[in-house]
Amino acid sequence: MAVKMIRDVIRDTIDEEMARDDSVIMLGEDIVGGNGSAGGPEAIGGIWGTSGGLWAKYGPDRVIDTPISESAIIGAAAGAALTGKRAIAEIMFADFIGVCMDQIWNQVAKFRYMFGGKSKCPITIRMPYGGGYNAAPQHSQSIHQFVTAMPGLKVVMPSTPADTKGLLAAAIRDDDPVIFLEHKFLYAVKGEVPDGDFILPFGHARQVTQGDDITILATGMMVGMAEKAARTLAQDGIGCDLLDLRTTSPLDEEAILDSVERTGRLLTVDEAPPRCSFATDLSALVAQKAFASLRAPIEMVTPPHSPVPFARELEAAYLPSPEKIMAKAVQIMSYRRG
Amino acid sequence: MQLSREALIRAYRQMKTIRMFEERLHDEIALGEIAGFTHLYAGQEACAVGVCEHLDPTDYIISTHRGHGHCIAKGCDVIAMMKEIYGSSEGLCEGKSGSMHIADVGVGMLGANGIVGAGAPIAVGAGITAKSNGTVSICFSGDGACNQGTTFEAMNMAVVLKLPVIFVFENNHYSEHTGEAYAVGAESMTARSAAFGMKAIKANGIDFFDVYQAMGELIEYCKAGNGPASIELDCERFYGHFEGDPQRYRGDGELDRIREERDCLKTFRTKVTEAKLLEGAELDTVDSEVADLIDRAVAQSKTATRPTAEDVTTNVYISY
Repeated sequence: MAVKMIRDVIRDTIDEEMARDDSVIMLGEDIVGGNGSAGGPEAIGGIWGTSGGLWAKYGPDRVIDTPISESAIIGAAAGAALTGKRAIAEIMFADFIGVCMDQIWNQVAKFRYMFGGKSKCPITIRMPYGGGYNAAPQHSQSIHQFVTAMPGLKVVMPSTPADTKGLLAAAIRDDDPVIFLEHKFLYAVKGEVPDGDFILPFGHARQVTQGDDITILATGMMVGMAEKAARTLAQDGIGCDLLDLRTTSPLDEEAILDSVERTGRLLTVDEAPPRCSFATDLSALVAQKAFASLRAPIEMVTPPHSPVPFARELEAAYLPSPEKIMAKAVQIMSYRRG
Repeated sequence: MQLSREALIRAYRQMKTIRMFEERLHDEIALGEIAGFTHLYAGQEACAVGVCEHLDPTDYIISTHRGHGHCIAKGCDVIAMMKEIYGSSEGLCEGKSGSMHIADVGVGMLGANGIVGAGAPIAVGAGITAKSNGTVSICFSGDGACNQGTTFEAMNMAVVLKLPVIFVFENNHYSEHTGEAYAVGAESMTARSAAFGMKAIKANGIDFFDVYQAMGELIEYCKAGNGPASIELDCERFYGHFEGDPQRYRGDGELDRIREERDCLKTFRTKVTEAKLLEGAELDTVDSEVADLIDRAVAQSKTATRPTAEDVTTNVYISY
């Protein structure tokens, strides 16, 4: 076990996968940085520090620095993956999905299906996402709800350094396209990471805290907030069964339904706005499949139906927080059938 | 570039197969036999065949919504293609693609594509693989796709990464129902391609020999590590944008004129018979063999296995 920051876990995992499989390539803008400048290549090593040293080690044919051309980045990764490579594409901010949505949605996600099962497109699209940096409406969003809605994609949202390693290695080795969402605020989080080959299969939630009163579902950045809330609530006698879902597609329905059948109460915590979202999807799942177990209305803690604001006060008011989660949990526990 | 008799017959057979495949589809669609949208390639056969006769299965092409010609020229199974267009589960893509997304990655055909301009970025990716294994990646586009931003991104990236990608622009002078003279803002598509910093040439898209000669030189140029290239092929579309298009944008007598004066199959036949490279009778034999193939393809498609509701959710993922 080594203690590492998530940004280093990502870099090291890509390094390990590139070392074990010559077909793995990586593309993105500024993943090398400095090309064509006085500073020279590797002046940046990825603006998130997730690819430093890889260009020097694997060369420009495998660590491919691209122009700012998101459609061409995804298309190039897809074309390479269709023809025998295993591609990792970095979109610098998840918000930029808007300019490459066609390549993700109409191309990558559909090849296997459209081509009658006669192709594979092993591509991992890494996208830093999320708020907390006062980066304002176009650099702060959570976009998992869009990609989770797309058949043909797998969607990963890790919350810990160890999970980041196991899930990223699994994503790169997966023969299906994977959207790998890295929360920008988690890059500097440190934790223990298993040494050597470590793979976490998709679709298996992680039990973070155990409790019999209320099921809390969270992903990515929301897991830490929910965990903080759950530990405080436990001191007040409210037992939270907190599940880190890890992947939104595939979804660990069994773990969710098992928990709600035990607790009878559901609170989902989601960083995306509340309409047509992952939180509403989970709410619908539980309402349909665990209705008889419910002892209180299903609740959600999400931002409002608004873009992510800039000012510190506004963003803090926008984002979920441990306090908001605790308040909602107390409200659910105080519900009495009228 | 001297072609053997076998090579000439093969090229003619490929072009004739495309023509008869499309003409037959035109008739069958009118009878209501085929579902969905179909965009016919007839008229442009010298482009697909002039390019693909240079290629091996290990080379890559990506195509457009008007993709049947590229599929046939790259070696997709003609009967399996017809079955696909009829929506059979015996089709090349098991009835999941239809006309507009037909593909056979196994022969290097990375798909027709329902999104105009979406192929160019994917061709760049195939170019990454091509660079590592000494092959070439061909991006077929039309004069419509040449105006898409994705095409611009792809052309620039191919230059930056020095990839063996050839952007083949088949200029049939209509992007859907709008003329090239209106929609292409540059002096020409070729001038625009050159501005990206790549070798950019033009050829006569109704003359197989002109296309074949030009492409031979470009493929050699790209495989030598010089980066990408572009070629604009002046050609004609004999049918509408899609089957059912009333083609009110055509001038009086335009279709009759282009079918009479600018038919690549007539051009080919005249050239090879006048130069005494092939006998007319040999070409007639090919015609009847192709007619027989298309008859068999349609007959088999009409009785081929239909997919069932259970097939809807197969092949969404490889592992679940």
